[in-house]
Amino acid sequence: MAFITANWNPLGEAFYRKIELYEMGWSLRDGLKECLVAAAPYGGPIENHLHNLKKLTLLQNIYNLQRWKSGPVRQLGWTVCDDLLCIQEDGTVLIYDLFGAFKRHFSMGNEVVQNQVLEAKVFHSPYGTGVAIVTGASRFTLATNIDDLKLRRLPEVPGLQGAPSCWAVLTQDRQTKVLLANRADLYILDNTSCTPVTPPGLSLQSCSIVNMAVSFSYKYLALFTDSGHLWMGSANLKDKLSEVDTKVRTPPKQMVWCRRPKSQQPSVVIMWDRLLLVAGECTDTIQYTLDEESVCVAELDGVRIVGGSRHELLQEVPSACQDIFKIASMAPGALLLEAHKEYEKSSQKADEYLREIKEQSVLGEAVRQCVEAAGYEHEPETQKTLLRAASFGKCFLSNYPPEPFVSMCRDLKVLNSVREYTVGIPLTHTQYKQMTVQVLIDRLVYRKLYPLAIEICRYLKTPEYQGVSRVLKHWACCKVQQKEEPDESIAHAVSVKLGEAAGISYSEIAARAYECGRTELAIKLLEFEPRSGEQVPLLLKMKRSQLALSKAIESGDTDLVYTVVTYLKNEMNRGDFFMTLRNQPVALSLYRQFCKHQEQDTLKDLFNQDDDHQELGNFYVKASYKEKKLEARLSLLQSAVDEYNKAKNEFAAKATEEEMKLLRFQRRLDEEMGEALLGLSLQETLHALLTSNFHKQAEQLYRDFRVPDKRYWWLKLTALAEKDDWEEMEKFAKSKKSPIGYLPFVEVCVKQHNKYEAKKYVSKVTPEQKVKAHLAIGDLEGAAEAAIERRSEGEISTVLSRCSPTTDRALLERLNRARSTAAKK
Amino acid sequence: MSAHLSYGRVNLNILREAARKELREFLDKCGGSKAIVWDEYLTGPFGLIAQYSLLKEHEVEKMFTLKGGRLPAADVKNIIFFVRPRLELMDIIAENVISEDKMHSPRDFHILFVPRRSMLCEQRLKEQGVLGSFINIDEYILDLIPYDGDLLSMESEGAFRECYLESDQTSLYHTAKGLMTLQALYGTIPQIFGKGECARHVANMMLRMKREFAGSQTQILPVFDSLLLLDRNVDLLTPLATQLTYEGLIDEVYGITNGFCRFLPPEKFSKMQLNSAEELYAEIRDKNFNGVGAALSKKAKIISAAFEERHSAKTVGEIKQFVSQLPHMQAARSSLANHTSIAELIKDITTSEAFFDNLTVEQEFMTGVDTDKVNTYIEDCIAQKDPLIKILRLVCMQSVCNNGLKQKLLDYYKREILQTYGYEHMLTLNNLEKTGLLKPQTSTRNNYPTIRKTLKLWMEDANEQNPNDISYVYSGYAPLSIRLTQVLARPGWRSIEEVLKMLPGPHFEERQQLPAGLHKKRQQGENRTTLVFFLGGVTYAEIAALRFLSQMEDGGTEYIIATTKLINGTSWIKSLMDRPEAQAS
Repeated sequence: MAFITANWNPLGEAFYRKIELYEMGWSLRDGLKECLVAAAPYGGPIENHLHNLKKLTLLQNIYNLQRWKSGPVRQLGWTVCDDLLCIQEDGTVLIYDLFGAFKRHFSMGNEVVQNQVLEAKVFHSPYGTGVAIVTGASRFTLATNIDDLKLRRLPEVPGLQGAPSCWAVLTQDRQTKVLLANRADLYILDNTSCTPVTPPGLSLQSCSIVNMAVSFSYKYLALFTDSGHLWMGSANLKDKLSEVDTKVRTPPKQMVWCRRPKSQQPSVVIMWDRLLLVAGECTDTIQYTLDEESVCVAELDGVRIVGGSRHELLQEVPSACQDIFKIASMAPGALLLEAHKEYEKSSQKADEYLREIKEQSVLGEAVRQCVEAAGYEHEPETQKTLLRAASFGKCFLSNYPPEPFVSMCRDLKVLNSVREYTVGIPLTHTQYKQMTVQVLIDRLVYRKLYPLAIEICRYLKTPEYQGVSRVLKHWACCKVQQKEEPDESIAHAVSVKLGEAAGISYSEIAARAYECGRTELAIKLLEFEPRSGEQVPLLLKMKRSQLALSKAIESGDTDLVYTVVTYLKNEMNRGDFFMTLRNQPVALSLYRQFCKHQEQDTLKDLFNQDDDHQELGNFYVKASYKEKKLEARLSLLQSAVDEYNKAKNEFAAKATEEEMKLLRFQRRLDEEMGEALLGLSLQETLHALLTSNFHKQAEQLYRDFRVPDKRYWWLKLTALAEKDDWEEMEKFAKSKKSPIGYLPFVEVCVKQHNKYEAKKYVSKVTPEQKVKAHLAIGDLEGAAEAAIERRSEGEISTVLSRCSPTTDRALLERLNRARSTAAKK
Repeated sequence: MSAHLSYGRVNLNILREAARKELREFLDKCGGSKAIVWDEYLTGPFGLIAQYSLLKEHEVEKMFTLKGGRLPAADVKNIIFFVRPRLELMDIIAENVISEDKMHSPRDFHILFVPRRSMLCEQRLKEQGVLGSFINIDEYILDLIPYDGDLLSMESEGAFRECYLESDQTSLYHTAKGLMTLQALYGTIPQIFGKGECARHVANMMLRMKREFAGSQTQILPVFDSLLLLDRNVDLLTPLATQLTYEGLIDEVYGITNGFCRFLPPEKFSKMQLNSAEELYAEIRDKNFNGVGAALSKKAKIISAAFEERHSAKTVGEIKQFVSQLPHMQAARSSLANHTSIAELIKDITTSEAFFDNLTVEQEFMTGVDTDKVNTYIEDCIAQKDPLIKILRLVCMQSVCNNGLKQKLLDYYKREILQTYGYEHMLTLNNLEKTGLLKPQTSTRNNYPTIRKTLKLWMEDANEQNPNDISYVYSGYAPLSIRLTQVLARPGWRSIEEVLKMLPGPHFEERQQLPAGLHKKRQQGENRTTLVFFLGGVTYAEIAALRFLSQMEDGGTEYIIATTKLINGTSWIKSLMDRPEAQAS
């Protein structure tokens, strides 16, 4: 245990430690000299590039040696999804996957081809991975997201010639900017402007700035001057943290921030050829001698140092570890660890230590510290010791929640397995928590470490569709690319392995197979897809349109059906297209809907093809209403009549003929008498004729169209009343017996406020309607008499309800008497 | 604004919140100030999800109605189109975008499709050459909108027409999707019952979608015990009848759209939201209108008694308590005043002779009196050229109650209608025939009386004041759809196999496997919860009847209602009408 602090170095209040992660197994003759090295954060892969135009791929046997055929490379970098970017002198950016297979390339603009890239940087922002370059013409070009390439050329920097002394990319307020130093001057470049800035409190103004570093979170900035001074402050250049004189005047090779969440002593790591210096806010520094060419990689919670033979992690010792392992520490965790150690030795001292913790009632805190510290330790042995101590302490606590302990054990098991040198992801617990399991699984999948990924998913009980199923899908996508295996066996292998897993998207796998030119395999795989909607786009792509149509219909998604139908329409000749639709009624009716709104002519063709005469008739009728000219309208209606006849719809045919007859009649009258009848209904036409005194014509229509008597009487009655032709009305009433009775006469007159005329007809009303008629003209007495005469209880009540108790008292009494006699009967 | 959604047996506010969250997420995707261009049809349904304040919080500064030509000027960074996936709307959007480009103003365009994005529409935008102008093209899945504490509606006007007339099952797909969303939030519904072709189709899609999503199932204890899917065409009769509940009559007389009602005269109360958030309304909405007067006067007494209490309040404490209740009491008083006025307006109509005559004929039809003869009342109404929809409602009702009309009678009515209202209505009549609302009698046997008797659709002595049966909602007629629901709960459909066979479409039962450990252990006396989904619309009176069943002491089942659209006879018939003139213009 005493060894734990052996590699600790004090820096102010805090300690720094360097842990060896791996021994590097790369066989380079000259170490990392003359190499370009790029390493990705979160324990990501490392890539180097030799100047002798050999591309050497490494990290635990992943890459193979290849000949570099393309142009000179300026910079290497990794994207957020573990692709390798090679930025060439001519501005071309090549993208390779983890296995060194070329994926695609893009260019940083035409200007670069002439001026060449002087320097380039790959950076990460919330928008993804970006690339920034500075050209021979001293101009900067930025691409914030290489997956959605938008090149931005930044404004010119005054007085800058060639490359700046140093520069960095910043992301602030959702904007990407470039910070650059040209000797002593510091500028911020954004989309529109170039602003000179001064870091507050940088004491030696005359010095030039030779190196700069931006922290992992883009919050802090460090500047190194040629006088050997290191300035640290916030990236917005508003605050200064400290300034340290390193006493080294040589420009450093590399400079990176070394922080961790809740850092006590954030620091900057500066590297020279043989020296590694850690400088914090305090005046002390830590110095390490470097015995080989190395590269520093900034991490969320430290710095990784990659050398020819070693791969190390430099970090501030987390406070939980400090508390426990610091020499002579009396922190609860330290005591608990001690207690457990004594307990293992079967010594009674264990009890003494435990008592001491319990007396201060900090046992909970002690357990917590041990659990937390275990997470920060890399050596499984140390982790175990700490966890055992925590578990020991937990026994003496009654209601300590088990979750932190359990989840830490789980996390460590996962971490230890990915740190294994065959996997080679030296992830710290902090990074792991930040990055989430999902991303870790993705990265494992990307490295084709399917079994490990599945095991982790199962171990962490990740829901299937997020975990195991996803991994299996990737496996299958990889499997279908194995050209040497026959379709049958691949389809079989895939279905056997994926059969039980939930939420597998077979269509994605099939799409991959199709991309590799294996259409047959793709179709076989699609058969396994439960979501028919997912099958459709791929089937269309593979020109299996009939199958696509039936799958689309199966899914019930009408938009999908439309999509296929539109596709078929463009692909097939009209006859075949119609035939196909005919066999799929759902698609046919949808297509009809479409045509109704968009292609009237096609609609007609469709009906024609199906010999649907009824619909054809309707079609012509509809069309006739859109027609302005009467002749055209009549001819369309005639077509409708023909179709209705073919459809054996006698009624519709006859009605349409009647319509034509009416239209012709209206036209004639309009021409002869100057009326405006065209377009009115028969009823309206009659009404218009009657009110304009064209009684003869009305009579003719009435006969021609066999209008029922009742309706005609109503019509004439209202028309006469409306024009106050009471004389004619009286004649009409006497012309013959009214088929609608005489109550309507009374009501119509009352409606026209002519009670005098109304009274004339009351006597003609049938006994059943007498009461109503009297009431209509407001004759209560008459109504009462009629009601009493009829001895109808209901009618008497109706009249009663209309009487007012003050004015009609006598009547009320009479009615009440009559009602009681009526009720007796 | 939404508390009333969470009072019921099922907290429907969860659904509303989920919808609001999605809306906020979309709005935040378009950073900066925005203007929304609305497909006018959507504003009503959206009002049930989010008020303007929510939009404002997310930097929506202007709102316009979608129309052709150039967009109105607005100094905003984003223009967002909220539209249904319709091709004709795409053309308008394209016009907007093209005329915008000429002005060189750098505004970002976005489209939000409601309820689903459509490849067909995107294709159209592409053909118009504007697809590339849109930064975001997204969909806002708004299928089932929480309408009230026990009511969900898709607010899809054309659903019935599309399904039964045009064989376009898009709305059924949305229904199935909506039910899947519902199950994601409230757990898998273990039992599905259904009656009708569309019901079968929806159930099939649901089962299929469940298979498709296998593995991503949520581990939620099921809130609903069963789902009943009912085709509207199983019960064509009910919507045709005049609703006689308070809410039903408001809808019949004034029309309720998206939960709001405009009353006449408008100066009195312009636009009122009608839902259970208003205590008094919740109390009286489902009463038969004849019982509303008594309820209102009872309420008036309670309120005035409450106000009288101020005289008896002596101590400071008592006065303080009185004052603290004052806002609530004042709200109650103004609510009472409003509903008294509305009730009076409606009473003027219900006591009119015309209303009475119409109702008498309806009831004659429902009881099977002379349904095979020409009805003189209908004849007179046509002769006097009463509104066409009224005529159509009555004729359809006669046809439904007679299991079709004799060819001669049918032709007579049709001819009367064509001669009076114009030959263009032939297409409408044709539509009514296609959907079965109007039909020639084919078999000699009229099975409506059998259905009426078996299901007790007519109750002679319906008690309107203190109802003991659902028939009170139509003063005698018990809605067929609700009787089916009632029988399903007890004693089960097996007892009415014969009748079910007479009604169109298959009836079925499906079970959905629940994940282990989610089987509900029912407490003694605990009610079942059933979701009843009306495909093609439901009336307020039917809802009232279901609420009545939920409240019955020995009912044993509580109902949540879902539908494609809230309808009444008028709006329903209207949706089936074809007006060629309107289309031409």
